[in-house]
Amino acid sequence: MFWTSWFLAVLAIVLAWPVPILLSRAQWPSRSPFTAMLLWQAIALAGGLSMIGAMLVYGLEPVGDNLLAGLRALAGMVFNNAPTTALGFWHIFALSAAALLTAHLVFTLLLTYYKIQRQRRRHRELLALLASPSADGPRTMVINVDSPVAYCLPGGARSVTVLSDGLMAALEPAELRAVLNHENAHLDQRHHLLLWAFAAWRQALPWLPTTRLAQEAVSSLIEMLADDVALKTESKATLIKAIAIVASGSPGAHGARMAFGEPDLSDVEPGQPGATGGAGSARTTASRVSRLLSPQPPLPEPLRAAVLAACVLLLSVPTALLIVPGLLG
Amino acid sequence: MASLGELERAVMDLLWAGHEAATANTLRDLLAQSTRAENGTAGHEGKDLAVTTVLTVLSRLERKGLVERERGTRPHRYQAVSSREDHTAELMHEVLGSAPDREAVLARFIGSVTDTEAETLRKLLGLS
Repeated sequence: MFWTSWFLAVLAIVLAWPVPILLSRAQWPSRSPFTAMLLWQAIALAGGLSMIGAMLVYGLEPVGDNLLAGLRALAGMVFNNAPTTALGFWHIFALSAAALLTAHLVFTLLLTYYKIQRQRRRHRELLALLASPSADGPRTMVINVDSPVAYCLPGGARSVTVLSDGLMAALEPAELRAVLNHENAHLDQRHHLLLWAFAAWRQALPWLPTTRLAQEAVSSLIEMLADDVALKTESKATLIKAIAIVASGSPGAHGARMAFGEPDLSDVEPGQPGATGGAGSARTTASRVSRLLSPQPPLPEPLRAAVLAACVLLLSVPTALLIVPGLLG
Repeated sequence: MASLGELERAVMDLLWAGHEAATANTLRDLLAQSTRAENGTAGHEGKDLAVTTVLTVLSRLERKGLVERERGTRPHRYQAVSSREDHTAELMHEVLGSAPDREAVLARFIGSVTDTEAETLRKLLGLS
C-alpha cells in the first residue's frame, strides 16, 4: 500500500509537469498527429487517475491491505458510524482531498458540457434565422458576412458547417471543397468531444499550466488531422492557398497593418512556428502551414507502436496497481 | 403549411425589414401576402395562417430573446430586439472572439493570426 501510493504520486507529478512540457515541445506530433493525440489523452487520464489514486491509497493505508479492502472498511466506518480512530489526520485529509478532486473534476466536466451546449443552442437558433442553406449539401449554411469565415458547429444530427459570403467569393471551387472537407472531418471524427474534455481539464485545474499546454496541443493536432483528410481529395497547393486566403482576410489580422519594415517570412519558415509568440491559435496556423510547406514523413512504424504501447501502459499500470491487489487478496 | 422554424424565419424577416412594431394581425396579413405572391395563386382565406399560429411563433421568438412586445397597447405590438446586422455581429463575435471556451463550442477553419503572419501569407500568395 505504502509503495503503491508513492509510486502513484510520483507518476502523477511526472505526468502533470515534465511529460506534458516535453511533449508540447516535441517535433514529432505534427508527423503523426493521431498517435500524438492518443498519447495526450492517455497522459491526461493516467495523470488524473494516479493523482486521485495516490491520495486514496495513502488515506486508506491503516484500514486495509489494498484499495478494495480499504474502501470496504471505510464504507463500514461511514455507514455503521464506527470509530475512525485508525485514521490519522493526514489520512482523513488525503481521503477528503481525493473525494473533493473527483467531485470537482466530474462537476467541471458536466458544467463545461452544459455551457457549451447552451452556447451552441443559441448559436444554432440565430443561424436558423440568419443563414441560408447552401447548395453544397444539407449540412452547410451560408451567412451574409463579408470577411472569409468558415467554421463548424457540432451537435449530433444537427451539426452544421457555416461559410460566409466573403469566403464563397474569395475561394475557387477546389479550395472551397478543401475547406468543407476539413470542417466535415472535425465533425466526422468527433473532435468536439476531445476539445470538450481538454477544455474541462483546463478549467478544472487552471493552476496547472500543463493543462493549457495540453489543450493547445490538442486543438492544434485536430487541425492537422482535418488537414490530412482534406488532402485526400484536394492538392496540397489548394489547401495552402485556402488557408492563406482565409487567414489573410480574417479580422484577426487587425490593427494598423504595417506593410513596411516588417520582418518578413520568418513566421512560416519551417522549424520556427510561432516566432512571434502570439496566441495558441496563431501558432497553430503557423505550424499547419509549415507542415504543409515542408512535409515530413510520418513517424516510423516501430516508433508509433512504441508510443501506442506507452499509452496502454500509462492507462493499465495505475489501474492495475489500484485494483489487482484487491482482486488477488 | 410551413414549419414553425420557417415561420419564425419569415416573421423575423418581416420585423427586420419593417423597422417598426407590428401586431400579430398585421404580420399574419403580410405573411399571407408573401405566400400568395410565392405560389402565384390567391389562396383561400380559410387556408391562410391563423393568428394564433403567428402568436405561437411570436411567443417562441420572445422566449428566445429575439422579439419584444409593447405592453402598453392592445393588441400587443411586436418588434425585433436588435437588427439582423447586430445579430450577425453577435454570431461573428462568438466565432472570431477569443473566449477561452470558444474552441470547444465551434471549430474554425483558421484561428486568429497575427498581423505578421497575415502579411507573410499575403506575400506567399502575391496578393499584396
